[in-house]
Amino acid sequence: MIKRVVNFFGDEEYARPRRRLFYLALVLIVVADFLVFRDHAEYLWDRLPGWSAVYGFLSCVLLIFVSKFLGHRGGLMRREDYYD
Amino acid sequence: MIDFVHPALLFILGALPIPFLKGAIRKFYLLLIPALAILAVITIQPGSYGAASFVGQEILVAKVDKLSIVFATVFTIMALIGTVYALHLTRAGQHVAAFIYVGSALGVVFAGDYLTLFLFWEGMAFASVYLVFAQRGEPAIRAGFRYLMVHITGGVVLLGGIILHGAATGSLLFGPIEGGMGVAAYLILAGFVLNAAVPPLNAWLTDAYPEATVTGAVFMSAFTTKTAVYVLARAFPGTELLVWLGTVMALYGVIYAVLENDCRRLLAYHIVSQVGYMVVGIGIGTEMAVNGATSHAFAHILYKGLLFMGAGAVIHVTGRRKLTELGGLYRTMPLTVALYMVGAFAISAFPFFSGFVTKSMVIAAAGHDHRALVVLALTMASSGTFLHTGLKLPYYMFFGTDRGLKAREPPRNMLVAMGMAAVLCVAIGVFPQPLYALLPYPVDFEPYTGVHITESLGVLLFTALGFVLFLKALDPENTISIDTDWFYRKGARYFMWLAEKPVARYEKAVSNVSETAALPFLHGAARAGMWIDRTGVDAVVNGVARSILRCGGALRRLQTGVVTHYALAMIAGVIAAIAIFAVAWR
Repeated sequence: MIKRVVNFFGDEEYARPRRRLFYLALVLIVVADFLVFRDHAEYLWDRLPGWSAVYGFLSCVLLIFVSKFLGHRGGLMRREDYYD
Repeated sequence: MIDFVHPALLFILGALPIPFLKGAIRKFYLLLIPALAILAVITIQPGSYGAASFVGQEILVAKVDKLSIVFATVFTIMALIGTVYALHLTRAGQHVAAFIYVGSALGVVFAGDYLTLFLFWEGMAFASVYLVFAQRGEPAIRAGFRYLMVHITGGVVLLGGIILHGAATGSLLFGPIEGGMGVAAYLILAGFVLNAAVPPLNAWLTDAYPEATVTGAVFMSAFTTKTAVYVLARAFPGTELLVWLGTVMALYGVIYAVLENDCRRLLAYHIVSQVGYMVVGIGIGTEMAVNGATSHAFAHILYKGLLFMGAGAVIHVTGRRKLTELGGLYRTMPLTVALYMVGAFAISAFPFFSGFVTKSMVIAAAGHDHRALVVLALTMASSGTFLHTGLKLPYYMFFGTDRGLKAREPPRNMLVAMGMAAVLCVAIGVFPQPLYALLPYPVDFEPYTGVHITESLGVLLFTALGFVLFLKALDPENTISIDTDWFYRKGARYFMWLAEKPVARYEKAVSNVSETAALPFLHGAARAGMWIDRTGVDAVVNGVARSILRCGGALRRLQTGVVTHYALAMIAGVIAAIAIFAVAWR
């Protein structure tokens, strides 16, 4: 069973159903965020449905590009023999 | 009936017979000790044990309360899991080191005074470094010495703080630091913060852990940073500085994880990031925040151990550790993939996994404390956590490009250990109540609300979308990253260069100047001095001596040697004296 689940995520032949399942999950979670009951909202963004999706995506993109910028332009990434 | 068995003693004394046992008996013994320790911690009663006096100082070997019990519980559980994972090792050295390491960590957790704490604190550093040395090979030995150097420095700073604190307050009992932050408090804080791997004092961790043995890194990932979290929670709750250090830390680890190519170093940067949440919780210092920090430490030890075991299994089987050299292992290692992913979901705080019920408590506590910026930063770090440990690392390690590596599942004991940790990760996520009951304060927090679930999943799934869209940008590169260890790896070299080249050259130039200019001048001066001495001083001295000689000759001629002459002279003298006396007196 475990092997089949793992293969589903790895094998090329399942690429299409995998992608469909992923997009379906994305849509479902945004829809659910609109339907869910919000009793107390501490901050402005707590009242915005779909905020977490936007923030998650932006965080991810920001982290990737800021880090890579620091690595390449900021000189954090060096050749492996840098310390030798 | 003994009412208290110190779990630290069980491990430290229990480590001694290991080298003399063989085969199945040793395996049984290795499992027996952690099992007994778990039992000892479960049955332990809050109170003070082992009070004594040493060179006029109060010593309290064990002070048991709820905070120490939570940490001791997870430490002993992790010791059992780590031992199962290392059970296939035939050499005794690593088992002994691991037991002493665990015992020292437990000693710190129960220490009631600073001297006991310091003793076990140093014990941890020396026992754990063996787990790095045991890897052998030059990189490991070098990393081990750097690890030791940093920890000894930190230990000295801590000891300095302890002595100043003891001199100022007159007591070495370990508890919340009261009465403002002085030099002593800052030194103690610096010692603690170094072991918690707070930037810029974090590089020892990400430098040494990936160089340790496969089984040793599992132990190391659990104990050093979390004992530091414990002592911070004990001594510095509500210290504002820690909120900001922790927030920076959470993002710092995540940013470096993007750049990392070594699988275990990537995980090590995520220790830095995750400990950041705990440091924030302690800094906020409310009951909920300290509960959050403590429970997160509990969950963290288990899922981080699981992740290190997963990455360790890959290294054990393939002998490779760089993401650029790994890939396509899912076909041959499906169980490892599945177990690793449980740890990945737990660290990413997916609903029904342990991180969901602990990490969110810290973030909620920051929210209740009206710290919007901290909430946003920690949520961003959560996104980064899933991006790396949940997506990037498994993708490039297990899926991605098939490198055609010959692999198989790791030995069964490794899989069993990973299974134990995975079960606990899920169990805590599904039934958080037993963990909440262990926490130092009553828990008023319900993780499973509709909003919390949809918001968490929203952040996580759309992070995955970002990953899918920008996969190419994340391709691992064959590089290493400069961290603050630069200062003692490269900086020290520049310092030595400075000492050898410019300073040495300056020294040579100075001696040249003295040889070419100063020496002839000195010679001349000396010669002139000698001439003055001979012609001037000597002449005066000789002249004086000669005149004394002449006077002496004249005087000698006066001496005739005839007694009557002397008697006459004396009588003449006496008469003259009387005459003078008679005239002058009147």
